[in-house]
Amino acid sequence: MATTPEAAKTSFPPFDQSTFEPQLVWLAIVFGILYLLMSRVALPRIEAIFDARRVARQADISEAARLRSETESAIASFERALADAHARAEDISNKTRDRLNVEITKKRSVFDAELTANRDTEERTIAERKDKAMANVGEIASEVTLAIVRQLSGVTPVTSEAAAVVGRVLKN
Amino acid sequence: MVAESPIDQFVIKQVFDVGSLPVTNSAIFMIAILVVASFIMIFGTSSRALVPGRLQSLSELAYEFVASTVRGTAGQDGMRFFPMVFSLFIFVLLSNLIGIIPYTFTVTSHIIITFALAALVILTVILYGLYRHGTHFFHLFVPSGVPILLVPLIVMIEIISFISRPISLSVRLFANMLAGHITLKMFGGFVTMLLVSGSWAAYLAPIPFVFTIALTALELLVAFLQAYVFAILTSVYLNDAIHPGH
Repeated sequence: MATTPEAAKTSFPPFDQSTFEPQLVWLAIVFGILYLLMSRVALPRIEAIFDARRVARQADISEAARLRSETESAIASFERALADAHARAEDISNKTRDRLNVEITKKRSVFDAELTANRDTEERTIAERKDKAMANVGEIASEVTLAIVRQLSGVTPVTSEAAAVVGRVLKN
Repeated sequence: MVAESPIDQFVIKQVFDVGSLPVTNSAIFMIAILVVASFIMIFGTSSRALVPGRLQSLSELAYEFVASTVRGTAGQDGMRFFPMVFSLFIFVLLSNLIGIIPYTFTVTSHIIITFALAALVILTVILYGLYRHGTHFFHLFVPSGVPILLVPLIVMIEIISFISRPISLSVRLFANMLAGHITLKMFGGFVTMLLVSGSWAAYLAPIPFVFTIALTALELLVAFLQAYVFAILTSVYLNDAIHPGH
């Protein structure tokens, strides 16, 4: 420790008054420069950085808000279009159903009429055939009667008489 | 073997002269503080990045930390003293932190430095208080709502408390740094003394070594804490100058 004077070595170094003056001078110089650098350069620059960041964030937020409102209007118009399409689809299906119902009713009535006409025709035909058959039955019965009478009595009756008798019996 | 005295680390040594101004180890470390502070705060922010890098984050963190301390203690009005509080904080913090590195010199372990910084704070408080409030500033010593009989006593106590502020502010920092470094040096000295003792005691050397490590961690905390205490007390005192009426 030859670098320190004897006086300083004996006393406690922080209380060595001979070192006060140079320390104060250096502190004034260094702290003065530090203060100037911080107050004029560093701190305003950091404030500017914060400001720029805030501005950028504000811009981002408003951009996000704009995009969101755009999205919302897009969703709204999509939903409107969807509702329109739904309404139109229902309309079309209703109209089609009504049209088909009308057609079906019309066709059915035509068909019913045809069916009724056919049935009447058929019934008439059946009645005619039945009448004809019944007439034939009378003829056959009178012929059978003639044959039976001839066989039993040997007399050949008049055909018209036999037919009249048969007709009387059949009516009963 | 005589161990180096634990207070030798505080000796101011003259390294060379600039004209009539002696450049001491203290001066060199003050300049180192200035260089480190400028590196972090000016070089670190030079890119002005919106998304900060490491150094810029560090400067922004320091800014935010001190700014919130000042704003929280002295209000928005106190922000006019923000550059001063910030310079004090960064100076004390870097001085304390650099001082922990072995073989360095701790600028704030000298009472004259801490007292000069405290005097700067108190002078600012007094001058700004008088400038802003005139004689109303002296209401600081007369709390409102005190019975008239007690006023002389209270005023005396308030004046003593005001005068003791620069003393407590400077001695707190100085004593913390001094005591911490002496303790570190002593435990470090024990390690070497035990190791060179040449007896079984050499096997005990790891014990003070572990203590040294733990103390270094503690000193890191103290270094930061004392810088913070200095900054927040400065804000509190400045708040008195801004709002002396309680």
